[in-house]
Amino acid sequence: MAEGRWEHFPHGADVGVRGHGPTRAAAFEQAALALTAAVCDPGSVLSEEAVEIDCEAADEELLLAAWLNAVVYEMAVRRMLFGRFAVAIDGLRLHGRAWGEPVDLGRHRPAVEVKGATLTELRVAQGPGGWLAQCVIDV
Amino acid sequence: MDLNAWTRVSETEWRVPRAGRMRVPAVLFATADLVAEMDDKVYTQMVNVAALPGIVGASYAMPDAHWGYGFPIGGVAAFDAAHGGVVSAGGVGFDISCGVRTLLTGLKAGALDGPVKRLLADALAAHIPAGVGSTGRIHLTDGEMDAMLAGGAAWAVERGYGTPADLERIEERGRAAGAVPANVSARARRRQRDEMGTLGSGNHYIEVQRVAAVHDAAAAAAFGLAADELVVSIHCGSRGLGHQIGTEFLARMAGAAAAYGIELPDRELACAPIDSPDGQGYLGAMRAAVNCALANRQIVTHLAREVFAEVLPQARLELLYDVSHNTCKVERHGVEGAMRELHVHRKGATRAFGPGHPDLPPALRPIGQPVLIGGSMGTGSYILAGAGGDGERAFASACHGAGRRMSRHQALRQWKGREVVDELAARGILVRSPSWRGVAEEAPGAYKDVGAVVGAAERAGLARKVAWLEPLITVKG
Repeated sequence: MAEGRWEHFPHGADVGVRGHGPTRAAAFEQAALALTAAVCDPGSVLSEEAVEIDCEAADEELLLAAWLNAVVYEMAVRRMLFGRFAVAIDGLRLHGRAWGEPVDLGRHRPAVEVKGATLTELRVAQGPGGWLAQCVIDV
Repeated sequence: MDLNAWTRVSETEWRVPRAGRMRVPAVLFATADLVAEMDDKVYTQMVNVAALPGIVGASYAMPDAHWGYGFPIGGVAAFDAAHGGVVSAGGVGFDISCGVRTLLTGLKAGALDGPVKRLLADALAAHIPAGVGSTGRIHLTDGEMDAMLAGGAAWAVERGYGTPADLERIEERGRAAGAVPANVSARARRRQRDEMGTLGSGNHYIEVQRVAAVHDAAAAAAFGLAADELVVSIHCGSRGLGHQIGTEFLARMAGAAAAYGIELPDRELACAPIDSPDGQGYLGAMRAAVNCALANRQIVTHLAREVFAEVLPQARLELLYDVSHNTCKVERHGVEGAMRELHVHRKGATRAFGPGHPDLPPALRPIGQPVLIGGSMGTGSYILAGAGGDGERAFASACHGAGRRMSRHQALRQWKGREVVDELAARGILVRSPSWRGVAEEAPGAYKDVGAVVGAAERAGLARKVAWLEPLITVKG
């Protein structure tokens, strides 16, 4: 779980999120951590509550967008932040679990809310070093 | 951006002639300095938009254009349904009908001398929900949600948030016709249920501003603007509902385009024919989101009025005008000598009807539509008037803001939020925000020179300058 690393890449007005991992699922987990990091330090989020997330899509790139958008939705309606993710992918179906806690303005100091994951720079690919999963998120 | 990719038509107009898959040329309005600052992606996206079915005239971009999602931000494109034209969720954006409204106080800036300025800043920050995780005081039932989605700002006024006079000063008189609440998903409704009357975050704000300069005395007088008077500007949008509708239809259209025989240069241009079930489905939902944004700004206005009634009760707070930036509107425009009904997408661009336009309220009609341009916390904002007339350009559109000069990532490396707040306070600008990091990402230096953007818009004949506003209080999400 959460094996790999995440990073942000520049986009004019918004934020690019990129996950790297040994598997496609691990790269998706890291991309979700990058999404949280656009809002606050993922390390500051306690794993108090787990939320189950299921989604599917027509291809693996749209599956990444669907996964990140499902995380955005849960953040928005539960007023939560998530600091840990576990993803299992079966074909083009994803089952995920996100651990987090309600937003604490004093401790998390959230910078910005995420509106959604876009199809811009959307890419899921396997290279010599493992899997990469990325897109631009609208903030 | 490489200027060599463009043919220079004038000091402020650049063109890519129609070639390859392009159905129309691409036309960019900006000075050479602004073009040079833009990302190369603006060129790519404008050329891609020019290849979409049913596009009319040109693929346009405004002086504040930057890299967007399929369409550039600052992009304007009109499509004719009768010629296979499309509607695009990416051409409207996630924050549907995000926009700005400006209220007139009738007070001189001296009214904020002394401790009242700090009191007002604190009261606005305390009373208007802003930032991540914030909720409003209104919690909509399913029935009220439907009424809001159909009624827009008119719904809000009926519920006591404002006056009928406000509606005269909002595009489409505060209510987008053709909204279909039934097209709005349960998830979009769920996201909005507790978010009415909230500001959001990022570049959204409520500001108390001073009219620092009047550029056009006659227009300023017609708009009710006088030098050294205070105004209040509000920038926010359709909140979670609009974001969710954008998300859902972007994915749906990405899958549907091939089924309609539309070959997309990039699938982020996701679109569907206007006269198709997907196209009509999106338009009905998008117009409901427009109404959500208009209702939201109306409620935030009401909250601001409540604060002023306590802190500065002599303020009038009459609505000057309300503009939306991310929309697709059905409008009639002259194209090669004939009037045509077009679906005009403006993604990060402002409708800018010129003098005499019948959709403007009578008091504003001789002058043209107020075009409200948000700048940054440090550099101020502008009020323009639509140019229009026979020389109407880009389907009567103008810029919408300064446009970012650098990414949020770069801004964070360059500034600390606390230092930005202290520096602005030393200049007399009080900033209130729940997030230091949010302030750093929105630092004035992260934005382009709004004066240069507005100057280019004026010289390009898109709109003319009326007044410059400098911020005194900024409440950020």
